[in-house]
Amino acid sequence: MSTSALSTRGLDKSFGSLVVAKNIELNLPQGERYALIGPNGAGKTTLINLMTGMLRPDGGRIFLGADDITALKPEERVKRGLVRTFQINTLFPHLSALEAVTLAVCERRGYAGNWRQKLPAYRDAIEEAYAILVSLRLGASCYRPTHELAYGQQRLLEIALALATRPQVLLLDEPAAGVPHDESAELFAVIANLSRDIAVLFIEHDMNVVFRFANRIIVMVGGRILVEGTPSEIAADVRVREVYLGKARHG
Amino acid sequence: MTASSPAVAAPQRYLETQIRWHSLEIAFWLAALLPFVVTPNYLQLASQIAITALFALSLDLILGYAGIVSLGHAAYFGFGSYTAGLLAKHGWGEPLSGLLIAAVAAGLLGYATSFIIARFRHLALIMITLGLGLLLAEAANSASWLTGGADGLQGVRMWKLLGIFEFDLYGYVGYSYSLVVLFLTFLVARRLINSPFGLALRGIRENAVRMPAIGAPSTAHIRKIYTIAAVMAGIAGALLAQTTETVSLETLSFQRSADVLVILILGGAGRLYGGIIGTIIYMVARDQFSGTTPQYWYFWIGALLVAVVIFLPNGILGGLARLTDHWRGRA
Repeated sequence: MSTSALSTRGLDKSFGSLVVAKNIELNLPQGERYALIGPNGAGKTTLINLMTGMLRPDGGRIFLGADDITALKPEERVKRGLVRTFQINTLFPHLSALEAVTLAVCERRGYAGNWRQKLPAYRDAIEEAYAILVSLRLGASCYRPTHELAYGQQRLLEIALALATRPQVLLLDEPAAGVPHDESAELFAVIANLSRDIAVLFIEHDMNVVFRFANRIIVMVGGRILVEGTPSEIAADVRVREVYLGKARHG
Repeated sequence: MTASSPAVAAPQRYLETQIRWHSLEIAFWLAALLPFVVTPNYLQLASQIAITALFALSLDLILGYAGIVSLGHAAYFGFGSYTAGLLAKHGWGEPLSGLLIAAVAAGLLGYATSFIIARFRHLALIMITLGLGLLLAEAANSASWLTGGADGLQGVRMWKLLGIFEFDLYGYVGYSYSLVVLFLTFLVARRLINSPFGLALRGIRENAVRMPAIGAPSTAHIRKIYTIAAVMAGIAGALLAQTTETVSLETLSFQRSADVLVILILGGAGRLYGGIIGTIIYMVARDQFSGTTPQYWYFWIGALLVAVVIFLPNGILGGLARLTDHWRGRA
């Protein structure tokens, strides 16, 4: 097994009496494709919020590679390569797609504090942003304001913004949420084609997609990790059938 | 691996066209010279307009671009004003260095307060800026040994501008001075808005939640623009002190903070020219109305404000932009 890109040790979080994360021990190896599944309210998004620093854990530690990042701010974690996308579009409505991705590139390259030179002078950043947009087939629409883009394109822009930060670990919170079934396969093809240097963890409800694109699957229930294994192990697991596959099937 | 070079040049060209000088802009700045020949009796007013426009421009940088609402922006205006006024009163009446020192002083105050400002948003931010503004105004009021209190700062004597031009009663030198400073500061603001930093500010305004997720240190950006805006407000305040040779408590007042906010909303926030256009409309209207029915002045401003916010949510400039878009037939 290769070295771990992202791991957690005994991560706990509760809101009052509601336990949303209990003793989470997660280990995401370099370059792997992990799916995080579980019924609604299982704590999947909360776990992403905890790992990216948008929520502060009550206890436990988070490691990026060998470094303890538990105390770092969200933007500092991004700088070190831990990046997320959002289930609900969290974009810049009145920036064009090109401007938005260029902004993310400028932040990574350390240009974003410069105010003495015009933006077009930073040709390398613009070219890199444009290349990312082209690779996600947003090249033709990149001059339009984000809020005018089709919904599926906005989902792609979510990923484009994350890629512009050059992630080591990418946490995708339901990347295909709200996208029609046939388009969602297309979107996951993009994810499958990401560089093998990037470790990917994605939350997804569509089991066909999960079994097709994930090397391993983590099942969460009630703030705990129920089981982790390969797709075939998960498919055969009796407990998973009981709490998840057997009962509520989510579309 | 990607497209050929002309295709790669296209995005850069697109960004170039976004920031190119429009012919209307050039016409606007040429028109700013008209008062010298058309309304030479109103140069004092023109000077006041240029100063307030600079103040509004500085508010636009934080409100219109970074989305920081402030009800206490007069603190930096007044601080610059008193700094320049006190310098001149106590023997250093050289205008340009006085302007520079006032800018630095206001910038230091802005930098100090920016640590508080950057931690809050929305209603809390409005209350904090309001509180800081009131705090400073009251401090200036009670320190009457220094500021002259309610009587204002008397005995401000300015030296000749550049050692040549005496500040005259008609405002020739005053307006020239204010206009040149406004224009130079505008050039800086324009460059800033069109820089990577300006893009980051728009990012904060458009989505403060996403910024940390793309690795952006939003609080550092906010501290920086807040300090820059304070410098500009301080310059505006110093200009007022130097061209009128007096400083009153009004420069620090809540009224001034509220007025500049109204001006910016009227003209259109986040458009660079919104504050300037808003100032011209506001101050010319005030001058006209206060001549005939001074007691009703705020009635009309109130009516105008309500009408603009309801019908032109992006201000007068925003409305004009929509009109020209319509004209060109987007349909």
